[in-house]
Amino acid sequence: MSDDTALSPDVLSPLDEAGVRAAVEAARAAVAAAGTLDELKTVRLAHTGERSPLALANRAIGGLAPAEKGPAGRLVGGARGELNQAIAARQAELEAERDARVLVEEAVDVTLPADRTPAGARHPLETLQERVADIFVAMGWEIADGPELEAEWFNFDALNFGVDHPARQMQDTFYVDAGDEPSNLVLRTHTSPVQARTLLERDLPVYVACPGKVFRTDALDATHTPVFHQVEGLAVDKGLTMAHLKGTLDHFARAIFGPEARTRLRPSFFPFTEPSAEMDLWFPQKKGGAGWIEWGGCGMVNPNVLRACGVDPDVYSGFAFGMGIERTLMLRHGIADMHDMVEGDVRFSLQFGTEI
Amino acid sequence: MPRVPLTWLAEHVDLPAGLTAEQLAADLVRVGLEEEAIHPAAVTGPLVVGEVVERTPEPQKNGKTINWCRVDVGPEHNEPGGAPRGIVCGAHNFDVGDRVVVALPGAVLPGPFPIASRKTYGHVSDGMICSARELGLGEDHAGIIVLADLGLDAPVGTDARELLGLGDEVLEINVTPDRGYCFSMRGVARELSHSTGAPFTDPALPVPTEPASGGGFAVEIDDAAPVHGVPGADRFVAQVVRGVRANDPSPAWMQRRLQQAGMRPISLAVDVTNYVMLDLGQPLHAYDLSTLHEPIVVRRAAAGERMTTLDGVDRALDPQDLLITDSPEGRGSRPIGLAGVMGGATTEVGEATTDLLVEAAHFDPVTIARTARRHRLPSEASKRFERGVDPQLPRVAVARVAALLAEFGGGTADATLTDVDRTSEPATIELDLALPGRLVGVPYAPEQVVETLTAIGCEVRTAGDGTASVRVPTWRPDLAVPVDLVEEVARLRGYDEIPSVLPTAPAGRGLSEEQRVRRSVARALADAGLVEVLSYPFVGEEQLDALGLPADDARRRAVRLANPLQDGQPFLRTNLLVTLLDTARRNVARGNGDLAVFEIGLVTRPGADAPSSAPALPGGVRPTDEQLEALDAAVPPQPRRVAGVLAGLRTPTGWWGAGRRADHTDAIAAAELVARVVGVDLVVTADADHAPWHPGRCARLETAEGTLVGHAGELHPKVVAALDLPARAVAFEVDLDELLAASSGEPRQARPLSTFPLAKEDVALVVPAEVPAAAVLEAVRAGAVASAAGDVLESAELFDVYTGDQLEPGTKSLAFSLRLRADDRTLTAQETAAVREGVVAEAARRFGATLRA
Repeated sequence: MSDDTALSPDVLSPLDEAGVRAAVEAARAAVAAAGTLDELKTVRLAHTGERSPLALANRAIGGLAPAEKGPAGRLVGGARGELNQAIAARQAELEAERDARVLVEEAVDVTLPADRTPAGARHPLETLQERVADIFVAMGWEIADGPELEAEWFNFDALNFGVDHPARQMQDTFYVDAGDEPSNLVLRTHTSPVQARTLLERDLPVYVACPGKVFRTDALDATHTPVFHQVEGLAVDKGLTMAHLKGTLDHFARAIFGPEARTRLRPSFFPFTEPSAEMDLWFPQKKGGAGWIEWGGCGMVNPNVLRACGVDPDVYSGFAFGMGIERTLMLRHGIADMHDMVEGDVRFSLQFGTEI
Repeated sequence: MPRVPLTWLAEHVDLPAGLTAEQLAADLVRVGLEEEAIHPAAVTGPLVVGEVVERTPEPQKNGKTINWCRVDVGPEHNEPGGAPRGIVCGAHNFDVGDRVVVALPGAVLPGPFPIASRKTYGHVSDGMICSARELGLGEDHAGIIVLADLGLDAPVGTDARELLGLGDEVLEINVTPDRGYCFSMRGVARELSHSTGAPFTDPALPVPTEPASGGGFAVEIDDAAPVHGVPGADRFVAQVVRGVRANDPSPAWMQRRLQQAGMRPISLAVDVTNYVMLDLGQPLHAYDLSTLHEPIVVRRAAAGERMTTLDGVDRALDPQDLLITDSPEGRGSRPIGLAGVMGGATTEVGEATTDLLVEAAHFDPVTIARTARRHRLPSEASKRFERGVDPQLPRVAVARVAALLAEFGGGTADATLTDVDRTSEPATIELDLALPGRLVGVPYAPEQVVETLTAIGCEVRTAGDGTASVRVPTWRPDLAVPVDLVEEVARLRGYDEIPSVLPTAPAGRGLSEEQRVRRSVARALADAGLVEVLSYPFVGEEQLDALGLPADDARRRAVRLANPLQDGQPFLRTNLLVTLLDTARRNVARGNGDLAVFEIGLVTRPGADAPSSAPALPGGVRPTDEQLEALDAAVPPQPRRVAGVLAGLRTPTGWWGAGRRADHTDAIAAAELVARVVGVDLVVTADADHAPWHPGRCARLETAEGTLVGHAGELHPKVVAALDLPARAVAFEVDLDELLAASSGEPRQARPLSTFPLAKEDVALVVPAEVPAAAVLEAVRAGAVASAAGDVLESAELFDVYTGDQLEPGTKSLAFSLRLRADDRTLTAQETAAVREGVVAEAARRFGATLRA
């Protein structure tokens, strides 16, 4: 339908009820037939535009006798309203159809690789130390740090390792070279010097855990590394007993290895504790069947250590324990060989992401 | 560590029938003796005594002659019907009627060497007649074992494993340094009895108490330089035994036990002293009496003195070494032994020796430990002495040695005996009987405490007030203070009795600021796509050279280890990159070429004039504050650093298109990220002279106060080449401690947000090409803030850099977008124009900048 056909010489009379009806019906048919929004636009212009029959009829109302204006206005107005509604409804229909079609056409393959930023990761030995720290912080303990290159006094003498005690030789210590005279400096062989520093610096009672790097002159192999990590705990308070040590270890074991975990103490010897114990962990996932495996050492703080740190052993008692982070990681995550942990291969860290 | 053959142990403590080494280990670990290894029986399967009933020599084509034998191995093992077994044997040192050791099919000899029937030399050989070497009994392979030669006899069919001790399991235990007495069957048997209650018979009882006869070989103890005031020797027992076949082999059973204990049989005289040492724990030495000159003098070495020890090594002696000397050219003129460590070569028992002087002494643990360490001679004797030996053992041990030499070597001990005895009483400890319960957390009754201490050999005298005087046994020098007794009570009553009670710590403050920040930094870098790695802190000169550090660079002033694992890496790292770059190289070599790694760790930065030694202070006493300060002053500063290396592609090539190679901005951005996490704004300037970075692409990073905190940028091409890294690799290193020091630590104060409309202004400024963008940005900010509109600058960002035809040569255009907003009003057009003018004016003033047309 073109504008030309709308220019009918016979203007529809606003009083011609049948004619108006016919124009409306014709327009409605055209609206219904419009299959696209563009076609509908054409239909709308043809049937509601200024030169459309109904528009012309409407304009003609002005020339009627006053008495005719009312009925004519109602007739033509009603017709135009009906038509506009029909157009609007069709418009909504067609828009909905178009929108649906466009969204379908815009579909992409959502399974294409999405992450253009390469993944980063934490080293699991670090995240495990943080997890361990969190467990102790949750018990009200605090976390202490200290130097890795340490005065021998803190690493040995303060901890009751006599100069000639065989235990001092057992530790496979890295010594600092100071030429002809002894440097009395070592790479710390355990994180215990942090405990001594803590006792000297802090007010009692003290409940601290000390995670960190330690050093022994062991060549790297599947189960040894010259640089490894420990976490040690120290509690000094009035009335502490080995039962408190056992309770702390049991709680720690459960927090790290799950509710089945428990610990067992065996008599042992360490210069800085008396009584001393080796601590075994009940390990359901042990190769060859559930069983006990060595996890660390512990005991009641030797009175000589307390004295060296200015604490009166007649008033205070304390317990201390330590275990290897590497060993804990190996047990917890089924790692068979130390090499992967220490060689810095990114593929190792990437397996763990940022949490452990 | 000591090896415990079960059959030997059984001589001192009742072992239940069928006890396995595994069960023994479980029993001993409860009292603190840990299993180190279980050495299985040397031979399994049928190994029996046989009698040769036929022997037919058969010459072979290869020139050898073999013996085709019939061997009666008893009704149980003979052929069906009772005929002796046919066995081919290559040895010839036996004859019909000899009793021999036969391994039957199914037996497994050391090697492992399984025995089966096999066809050989035209016969079916149905077993093997064994030599000593085949059974692991020695090196003798010349012939087979003829039992009579060993002084043994047993009916045919007897289990030869039992007869020769080849079926024994041996438990190797780990003895902690406080338990020297467990380096003996005597001590282990005692501990087993503590664990299981099995009856124990002390082989060292009775201790002779009558005074020694005197008149024996003259011995003098003359220690002019005791260590820590403790004389080097406080007991020396010497016994002459004459007419001994000293060089004969010792009896087979004794040899076997020595082997099971891990020692090599040598000769009767040596084996007997070793055997008694293993049994009782008393180290002993036998001298060839004919070479000795009275008196023996125990003294310290003189400066410059030398001696040759049994191992043939000529040793320079230290004045602290304790010596056994004799007196051929004057009193104490000749060293004949490093006391408690090793004997001397000149008085060694030899082939012609018949008369012996047997020494059993007690030496100071510290003296012996130092000598053993100084001469790197950890001998069986020194191992025991440095851990403490029972000073009451020497007479018992010498008597045992004399008896064994008499029994197996025909010797006769002189009636006279030398016993220089300066030992002191063992310690008496005053013990509060409630202390064990108080420390262990188990309510031990006082009677239980007394009973337990008595069981380990203490003499306990209780007072009425809940305390007791506890005299410790002579074999327990480790028991010195009350807590030592507490451990004994807890250990013997069982650690299993200790309940599990969680203590209540006082409320804590959580992680420290530094600990929290450290975590946040690591997490932020990981979230930015960097992978955390760890590296060893050991470095060598070459690694520092590879970084291109100048000779006078402070990072070459490193702490050196006296005993590095690798001679080529004696230093501790002074920066993280030196080891992290090695880690990066390893990753690249393994195919991880698109790399982004970081490490957080300590570096060691000794000061130029720091003391090189820390004071040596005693334990057990709190140092004075001045001493503690001196200790801290001697420990080199060890700042915590974070470093990263990026190489290859920072974003990968993918279906979206080409990836982007990491460049200097990635390194700088990572460093800035670290600083932002800590809460510090960095000032970035160019640094044309800082290895290992590219002189034109290195950013120096400072705090607003001008403190250097690190560097970031592209690595020097020579460094990249030296380390085989991908071209244009970049790196950063930042000092976390400096950043923490620069952060206020105060809670950040919030600014209210203005809701007035935002005005945006873009300004493009033409400046000389060499002016750094950061300086221009700084001028832009300053100009905006100082404008007539007041401080309405919300942010200013550089968004474009242009150089090219449209500009004068030697200039560049920097375009900035300004976001302007006032707290209290909508900005007018005049105000935004004023800001713009202020910016241009300030840039013009500082750099001659002009507004780009």
